[in-house]
Amino acid sequence: MSEVVRQHPAFKYMRKQFLPHIWCPGCGNGLILAAIIRAIDELGIDIDETSFVTGIGCWGLTGNYINADWLHTTHGRALPMATGLKLMNPKLKVFALTGDGDLAAIGGNHFIHAARRNVDLITICSNNMIFGRTGGQVAPTTPEGKYASTSPYGNIERPFDLCRLAEAAGATHVERWTVMHPVPLTKAIKKAIEHKGFSFIEVLSPCPVQYGRKNKFRNPSVLYNWVKEQSVSIKKAQDMSEQELEGKFIIGEFVKKENIPDLSAQLLKLQESFENKS
Amino acid sequence: MRISGRQFLQGNEAVVEAAIAAGCRFFAGYPITPASEIAETMAIRMPQEKGIFIQMEDELASLSAVIGASWAGAKAMTATSGPGFSLMQENIGMAVMTETPCVIVDVQRSGPSSGQATRAAQGDLMQAKWGSHGDYELIVIYPNSVQELYDKTIEAFNLAEKYRTPVILLSDEIIAHMRENIYIPETLDIIERKRPRPEDKEHFLPWKPDDDGIPPMAKFGDGFKVMVENNTHDATGRTNQTDAALHTQLINRLCNKILNAKKDIVKTEGLFLDDAELVVVSCGCVSRSALEAVKMARQKGIKAGYFRLITIWPFADEQLIEVAGATKKMLVAEMNTGKLLREVKRVVDPYGVQVNHLPKIGGAYHTPGEILASIEKAVNENE
Repeated sequence: MSEVVRQHPAFKYMRKQFLPHIWCPGCGNGLILAAIIRAIDELGIDIDETSFVTGIGCWGLTGNYINADWLHTTHGRALPMATGLKLMNPKLKVFALTGDGDLAAIGGNHFIHAARRNVDLITICSNNMIFGRTGGQVAPTTPEGKYASTSPYGNIERPFDLCRLAEAAGATHVERWTVMHPVPLTKAIKKAIEHKGFSFIEVLSPCPVQYGRKNKFRNPSVLYNWVKEQSVSIKKAQDMSEQELEGKFIIGEFVKKENIPDLSAQLLKLQESFENKS
Repeated sequence: MRISGRQFLQGNEAVVEAAIAAGCRFFAGYPITPASEIAETMAIRMPQEKGIFIQMEDELASLSAVIGASWAGAKAMTATSGPGFSLMQENIGMAVMTETPCVIVDVQRSGPSSGQATRAAQGDLMQAKWGSHGDYELIVIYPNSVQELYDKTIEAFNLAEKYRTPVILLSDEIIAHMRENIYIPETLDIIERKRPRPEDKEHFLPWKPDDDGIPPMAKFGDGFKVMVENNTHDATGRTNQTDAALHTQLINRLCNKILNAKKDIVKTEGLFLDDAELVVVSCGCVSRSALEAVKMARQKGIKAGYFRLITIWPFADEQLIEVAGATKKMLVAEMNTGKLLREVKRVVDPYGVQVNHLPKIGGAYHTPGEILASIEKAVNENE
């Protein structure tokens, strides 16, 4: 390792003994991890005051690399486990890291309910539009017509719009970015850390090995460029027709509601009402 | 404030009051008959005790939240019945693998599937032990009265904390909905979680066991930077899924920390065993009728004995073998088609004991008269 790598500013937050990471060449997950660490560093947060709860999947392995308390849960259950952890210790900044299959398929019910309850969690979904870790099966986020090992003739189902879903379910902070937007992504995570309530950050994170190969993206840069080309800012999207927006990824801040009490605040209020009586 | 002295409580209420006395401050659950009174009473009591009650979206989420809360340092519990218990099985395995103390109450009702929602059964005896995939041991306790529901709920929390394991408290529709007078002593023995020493923070190995086979449990947020990995992991918490020796060593430790402590864990009750020609074996609600039937048999001059499993798992092999050595016949009475029978036969068959069976399903418990008739039939057989 060169001197420069050894002194990388991210290392003080990392279990660098576990590097190199296991993600494939061209995977976007490392870029999201970098954004998380930058956000923590820039806000000057003590890593011991954070906890990471992750689901099953490639993105769920992120806990290995951040030198903080980490709960690696069963598939789909990151959000309810994070809910229990957060409610019992509201001082912790609890990150729930979950992939699109983990969050939107097996854990879909937990997703809408965590949003509805406005649990003060920093939920970061790495969306690669496929089940990457299990070998490239179709996900609830796979675009219509795209190929996966379980949609060999093209996906005949329509995908979820996770941000709109979170918004409808009651999330008080919702943003979507791609890994090609490291600066606004870091800013979004910083906002999520400081937000009191359920933050949902969806990050489009291309998977060249499972998604790219099956959908004729010759190499990672072709896939990355496609994701970037399909991305439209939320401002620009306002002036576009439904037809023009077909198949596009809208990026930006969808929701930022202040002054809606999070669940921990509500529970504390309830507990205090009994203190005053006694 | 916990209640004490003489109390007139429903079984499900007794579980709640005992949980509070044991230090439980987190409850997550989902409504289900016949366990709902536990959630309803928790909803009233938890905020009064500075605890957390949350009704989750399903049973998967309920046990998930309990596991999360346990890592935040809480004594935590959930309660359910058969269909919900089925949904919890994967996370029971997670609690075993991550050595997360928690208590899961299963108020048994008739199955399979939705079955008879409001009727009692003892159909979950096997599921409580074998429900999750893979090889594991855990602790399952099955009281038979409101008093014992109180006492054993406290014991369930104590064992969960001591052995860092999920503990299943089996109940059934009959004892859960029954009201009885109970006595709650002023002082109770409460076991607290074994914590790592702050001075060990720098080089803490979260999965390195002490001599008792149990590692101390760090609390999230205390700076120990624990890796709680539900995949096969080494002492640091790092997963390694290809090392057969590591997996074997981990699973054997998880099993042996329970099996090697059977003397501390396993509780049974025996009455009229000294001269018994036939011993009625039962557990839970059925044992109440069984004891009555044994007393009726004694009045008729039949040398009947009574043996009850309080701990269902790990199974009371040693205690049952002792009974088998002093009797010729056993009668297993249970509200299923033969779950307890299978286990009793496994243990006592080598001792030449003839085992009769009195199963009953459909929701109604055995009357003492029914058990007495089976006792008489069994005693008169082959004579």
